[in-house]
Amino acid sequence: MTAVVPSSEATKPDVGGFPWPAGLSVAVLGPVIALALACAFFATQSDHFLSGGNFSLILQQVAVVGVIAIGQTLVILTGGIDLSCGMLMALGGIVMTRFATTLGMPPLLAILCGIGVTSLFGLVNGLLVTRIRLPSFIVTLGTMNIAFAATQLYSGAQTVTDLPPLMTALGDTFSIGATQFAWGTVAMLVLYALAWFVLRETAAGRHVYAVGNNPEATRLVGIATQRVLLAVYVAAGALYGVASLLSVSRTGVGDPNAGQTDNLDAITAVVLGGTSLFGGRGVVIGSLVGALVVGVFRNGLTLMGVSSIYQVLVTGVLVILAVTADQLSRRGAR
Amino acid sequence: MTAVAQPRVVMKATSLVKRYGQVTALDGSDFELRAGEILAVIGDNGAGKSSLIKALSGATVPDSGEIQLDGVVTKFRSPIEARRAGIETVYQDLAVAPAMTIAENLFLGREIRRPGWRGSALRMLDKRRMIEESVARLAELKVGIRSMSQALETLSGGQRQCVAVARAAAFAKHVVIMDEPTAALGVKEGGMVLELIRRVRDRGLAVVLISHNMPHVFEVADRIHVARLGKRATVLDPKKIGMSDTVAVMTGALRPDDLPAEALAH
Repeated sequence: MTAVVPSSEATKPDVGGFPWPAGLSVAVLGPVIALALACAFFATQSDHFLSGGNFSLILQQVAVVGVIAIGQTLVILTGGIDLSCGMLMALGGIVMTRFATTLGMPPLLAILCGIGVTSLFGLVNGLLVTRIRLPSFIVTLGTMNIAFAATQLYSGAQTVTDLPPLMTALGDTFSIGATQFAWGTVAMLVLYALAWFVLRETAAGRHVYAVGNNPEATRLVGIATQRVLLAVYVAAGALYGVASLLSVSRTGVGDPNAGQTDNLDAITAVVLGGTSLFGGRGVVIGSLVGALVVGVFRNGLTLMGVSSIYQVLVTGVLVILAVTADQLSRRGAR
Repeated sequence: MTAVAQPRVVMKATSLVKRYGQVTALDGSDFELRAGEILAVIGDNGAGKSSLIKALSGATVPDSGEIQLDGVVTKFRSPIEARRAGIETVYQDLAVAPAMTIAENLFLGREIRRPGWRGSALRMLDKRRMIEESVARLAELKVGIRSMSQALETLSGGQRQCVAVARAAAFAKHVVIMDEPTAALGVKEGGMVLELIRRVRDRGLAVVLISHNMPHVFEVADRIHVARLGKRATVLDPKKIGMSDTVAVMTGALRPDDLPAEALAH
């Protein structure tokens, strides 16, 4: 079929910045401004904040939450929420480190097993949400606790040490100028680019948005919405597994108590990044900016000598502010 | 009987039965739809109107009876199968994906991929072509929406419904079924959608219009299928019968046998 385009002004084709509605650029701009303001504030509070080394450190600290936030973004885009993300990350870390040390598995295989376990949990989440039609909130609250218990039981609440070097390779650094960067940061950026491409440029990605927008209408259009949801939960689980590897390689150990703050941090990052908790709206790159905001707050408050309990408090306030902004902007759009 | 050539029958159903437990929703309903016509389906609540439409659009499977499409017996087990057979349905709830663009909504589930390796290996969408085709399709139907890359939610209710109808018309090979397409719209917006439905018919598609709105039915319908008590009570010719008599037949106050012969559609 050839596209006959009448030359009349009224039907002039708009082939410009497809497919983002104009409003979304504002949605991405918001978190960037928040990030700039946070940086400006902490620069006035600490002399160390504005240094290449500190920024590199923030990027390393952000990598784990940043990768978890990609999976969380996928789930939230479909209108769900995943509370199990941090605990799955911890479980994946324990599985891959124990498999490599206690079982003596080749490191690469152990890593794949860790990612496999978190993906399997993602599959369970997805099956319960799609087949039994349970709310994702309660399903993932359950798997969060199961994953936590499994982590503690399997590790005996002991940190796993003496890891093979391949397992911590992503924690190694390279330098650009005088500043050291970790390979884990690069891995995170590559994953963001990949997620951004899939969500924006492929039909599968657009179907994730459609399911979040209007699941029933999307089903009637002929899209296998159950399969889309299932794929999203499995992909999220796999991403938490990659986050496990980043966490293990950054700390050099398998930590059964990892991931405790990452649950809320990842959700905060996604919502700060402009993705709507009501589903169907948002850009994955926003979650990276949101993760950076969370990371800058944690780093800045630490530099100021504020105790970590206050950091938790600040994250709680941030997530409520972000959700409030989301709700108010939606009301304004109606 | 005069030997006037009847238009081709596109879709035909005979003796459809559908029971839900104790309730018989369809009690041997017949149905006939011809090429290039707008057939209105009216009926009181519980007359079997929506059960009939669900059976025709594949949303439910009738317990017994037969559906023919272009003279071939067919069985739809899902709306997707009906859609593959060339039957598109427009549902009452307006928008498909409100936060997505018009072009994306038009091509949702039927996306066009880029030619070459970008499409086959990277599975990239051909956004430019989808926008161009959207412009062409909406222009064909004279839907005056300027930008295909605006979000559906920025449109008025009538414009959104026009996009839904245009989507159906663009992909239907045989039949477009519209379930209360004007129910949620104001007078002017409703008129805009009715005008569009006429243009869809004029392009040769057969249109089934389910509506409670008698003025709308009389404005566009070529024939009126009256559902009553799970059956087809009769088929009326809107040019030969008034609105009040039609409503009387629908509610059972008037028996079809008591109508003058010319009121019945042939």
